[in-house]
Amino acid sequence: MDNRLIVSSSPHLRADDSINRIMRDVVIALLPATLAGIYFFRMGAVKVILAAIIAAVVTEAVIQKVRKQPVTINDWSAVVTGLLLAFNIPATAPWWLPVIGSIFAIAIVKHTFGGLGHNFMNPALAARAMLLASWPVPMTNWVTPGADAVSTATPLALISGTEAAGQALPSMVDLLIGNVGGCIGETSAILLILGGVYLIFRGVITPRIPVIYISTVAVLTFVLGGGFSLQYMIYQVLAGGLMLGAFYMATDYASSPVTPKGQVIYALGCGILTSIIRLYGGYPEGVSYSILLMNVAAPLIDKYTSPRVFGEVK
Amino acid sequence: MKIGNTFLRGILYDNPIFIQLLGMCPTLAVTTSAVNGVGMGLATTAVLLGSNVVIAMIKKFIPAKIRIPAYVVVIATFVTVIGLLMKAFVPALDKALGLFIPLIVVNCIILARAEAFASKNSVLLSAVDGIGMGLGFTISLTILGSVREILGAGSIFGKAIFGASYQPALIMILPPGAFLALGCLLALYNWTVSKKANQF
Repeated sequence: MDNRLIVSSSPHLRADDSINRIMRDVVIALLPATLAGIYFFRMGAVKVILAAIIAAVVTEAVIQKVRKQPVTINDWSAVVTGLLLAFNIPATAPWWLPVIGSIFAIAIVKHTFGGLGHNFMNPALAARAMLLASWPVPMTNWVTPGADAVSTATPLALISGTEAAGQALPSMVDLLIGNVGGCIGETSAILLILGGVYLIFRGVITPRIPVIYISTVAVLTFVLGGGFSLQYMIYQVLAGGLMLGAFYMATDYASSPVTPKGQVIYALGCGILTSIIRLYGGYPEGVSYSILLMNVAAPLIDKYTSPRVFGEVK
Repeated sequence: MKIGNTFLRGILYDNPIFIQLLGMCPTLAVTTSAVNGVGMGLATTAVLLGSNVVIAMIKKFIPAKIRIPAYVVVIATFVTVIGLLMKAFVPALDKALGLFIPLIVVNCIILARAEAFASKNSVLLSAVDGIGMGLGFTISLTILGSVREILGAGSIFGKAIFGASYQPALIMILPPGAFLALGCLLALYNWTVSKKANQF
């Protein structure tokens, strides 16, 4: 009889969510795009992906040993960071580029700010920004998919006319399945959407941030970009890193706002910044920088959108 | 003992960069190479020594209410002297440091030492403090400049140290690299030295 009334503190209902389950779901969602990247960019992609993941996991283990914390490399979070970073690097990159990026992402961006859940910006994106500022040439060395690997420009660079103006634009179908030049994981829009839908279905992310982010870019490029050209709009939405950024990076728990209203503002901000950088900036792609900028703004957004505590008087 | 203590404080336990975080503007802006770090550090040391000595000498004559303008006049005099000397004898370095030489006037290390130390201590101690703090500043700037030059340009004091295949991380000699390098050095310094500083 005595044991039937147990007094314990809340929470009383526990979901079976764990870091392990969530991160494993993200890896599963990224698998189709990973396979597509390997199919399109061959051994170069395999090399970059393996280097990034191994470096991320080893760095995580070493740092946690140094910080005298339990080593949690089997929770898949370092694997996700490494994989997302590899997605942001062209397949032609030398092996040390993803290695340095992964070390930077895990050691500097994640662990100096407190480890998992405390990073103030997305580690993979911060590492990409660092790599792009440090080694601009190997980070923008695009090739066409397939065994020939002829040097090319990304669809966004072609459409904005900044480079290789003579080349023909890839077709819309190629853009959808990812048969275009670009970073390893960003090209295949359809498979990234598939993975994103899986994450939404599993409850890992809410559709709020990706849907608002992508629609904002769609509306702005439709109105401001090509003079109300539907084709231009679809092109802008499918090309570049928008799908990858919107589904997998802007939704990072630690660096996006917590409140629903805050997430709406955050996603709108990402969309507006991306469109402005793409349409008026000197740089054909703006997804990574716009997410990083909104990451930094997330605490401020949370502060102004946090709901009133019951009974609180202003 | 007191003199030794004052000297060591400036270099180690009260290091103006790694402990007090003073003078961040020149620290972050000019340390793109080791030579720049040494040059900036030594120029600041010279000004610091001069201003500390003079302020310690005239501290009894300065009315408390207008002491800051008085200090700034003294500091500005020394900065002008150093600036003109550098223009005459090391024009290349002077060009590299540019505006940051005249800006030593508003470097907080110098005003902080004048206000916190020279206005309360003897001329000799103030001179030792000036040299200690100045050397602490110089050493920190040189370390920071070396780290950034090695990683960002693959050389140290202008000499290439890696083979031709080394691809330098450009970010380290750009402004973000200054923050990254300073942050890592700060963590390293406090991890190793500040444990001892607490016992000091």
